[in-house]
Amino acid sequence: MSVKEATKVEPAPMRAAAFESPGARKRRRSWDEVPRWQIYLPLSIYLVFTLIPFYWILLFSLRPAGSTSLVPWPMTFDHFEKVWTERAFGTYFQNSVLVGVVTLLMTTLVALAGGYALARFNFKVKRAFMLALLCSQFVPGALLLVPLFEIFAELQMINSLGSVIIAETVFQLPLSMILISNFIKNVPYSLEEAAWVDGCNRFTAFRIIVLPLLRPGLIAVGSFAFVHSWNHFLFALMFLNNQEKQTIPVGLNTLMGADSVDLGALAAGGIIAAVPVVIVFAFIQKWLITGFSAGAVKG
Amino acid sequence: MAQAAAVAKPPAPPRRRRASATPRRLPYLLIAPAALLMLGFIAYPVISVFYYSLQEYNPTKPWRNGFAGFDNFVHAFTDDPLFWDTLVFSAKWVFVEVGLQLLLGLALALIVNQTFAGRALGRALVFSPWAVSGVLTSAIWVLLYNSQTGITRYLADAGIGSYGTSWLSDTSTVFPAAIVADLWRGVPFFAILILADLQSVSKDLYEAAEVDGASRIKQFWHITLPHLKDAIVLSTLLRAVWEFNNVDLLYTLTGGGPAGVTTTLPLYIANTSVDAHNFGYASALTTVAFVILLFCSMVYLRLSKFGGEDK
Repeated sequence: MSVKEATKVEPAPMRAAAFESPGARKRRRSWDEVPRWQIYLPLSIYLVFTLIPFYWILLFSLRPAGSTSLVPWPMTFDHFEKVWTERAFGTYFQNSVLVGVVTLLMTTLVALAGGYALARFNFKVKRAFMLALLCSQFVPGALLLVPLFEIFAELQMINSLGSVIIAETVFQLPLSMILISNFIKNVPYSLEEAAWVDGCNRFTAFRIIVLPLLRPGLIAVGSFAFVHSWNHFLFALMFLNNQEKQTIPVGLNTLMGADSVDLGALAAGGIIAAVPVVIVFAFIQKWLITGFSAGAVKG
Repeated sequence: MAQAAAVAKPPAPPRRRRASATPRRLPYLLIAPAALLMLGFIAYPVISVFYYSLQEYNPTKPWRNGFAGFDNFVHAFTDDPLFWDTLVFSAKWVFVEVGLQLLLGLALALIVNQTFAGRALGRALVFSPWAVSGVLTSAIWVLLYNSQTGITRYLADAGIGSYGTSWLSDTSTVFPAAIVADLWRGVPFFAILILADLQSVSKDLYEAAEVDGASRIKQFWHITLPHLKDAIVLSTLLRAVWEFNNVDLLYTLTGGGPAGVTTTLPLYIANTSVDAHNFGYASALTTVAFVILLFCSMVYLRLSKFGGEDK
């Protein structure tokens, strides 16, 4: 913003700040100028630590069994074929996708409804409900395995993907709902009210005014739900006994637990497990930071 | 019933009006799905854990089942060295993990918050392990630590260390080995959260500090850190609870071994309930874990004056 513009429109305190700005801008540049080596040296060291494990698993998945070469050449896709068909990763993959997508949809929808209520209404049990949401953060799913198992057994849902989907959704809900209600609070209520005046009902106003503005937040929350349920392991391990119903992490664990670990197969299975989350991650990375700064931490 | 309701119904109020006024039942309808799911699958299981903690309950020994009072708790505190061992290990694990993740995550966030060529790529690469699961992390580090084909072999080729070292099966190396594996995927969590919060530090503050001749280190201590405080307190707390509860990584990487030296309390509970079918005792241990978590969280929030006067 130029000084001239500022004097014209801004109230006095802002004007004072704006007068500072040319000199300040120069100084800021000097502040920004951290010596390059202080950035690149620690960053490179950390990147080595981050990337070697990724390279290692890629190497093992692509080089022939028994090879000790440090480059994946000659390259082979045998491990992938073997894992996908013999070790049933094709089936696991389908199951994991199904669990991930349904969990994503359920979590987002239920959290959106609840988040809207929390952001826009004052109602009797609101405080109690918020407290319950916060407390549930301390409840570890891993420690509730036995009672959850009994509930799902009662509902005849053991060995069905539905049990895993419900369990994943339930444990995603509290945080998702808190996040979404914060996103909604950032959208001015007056926008919605203006739409009512124009004859929209509450739902239509929400759909055409609020929903588009929530996009980054919903993408962040939905991806969380997907990645989380894609990665999560204990519920599937406990509630699904049938091999045909298993998910990718359980398949990976089986490969690790085998008496003589087939490292090539393990690596290939790991790559298969990583691909969807890497794609999701690349896609949401930018939103992750803005989403968090809008919703989570600033509460 | 439907008929009676229809008769008793007063003349319908104007529709349009009602849609935009605050309908009294709407908020309850909106939270109902979430509330029902959480009641059924979180609250009810929690209550049943409390209930079972007072019972002797083991499906494989039905003749002994029944009310046990506080026997399970007494047993845990007076007669079960494993309980104390796993509790101490849990504390050590959480403390070291969260501390190191915070320090490294903070450093990384400060670095990638600078402007430099290749920043977008740098950020993406640095953050990438964030989305990797505990099981996959284990798979990767099992490959890296493998005594035949792991990194040690190549290090030995280069004259560092000796052949045949397996860090995961030696009681003296397994702790640092597991810590490093979990750090690998845990640091990005802090880096992302702290970077997000760094976006909202006012640049004016740094400019003012610059005018006053404050060094960058001083600026960090007096501007950046106070600004980040709430975010740091909240993320360390969430992460500590998460690290305490999460069993994926240790379960698959070490299985709690060798010789049980990496068994956390939740792992011990899982073994007690799943393998030994001792549900009553496992429930009592779970209750103890809840209480410890809640107590530590309260103390932590109080000590750190969360959301306190400095904002």
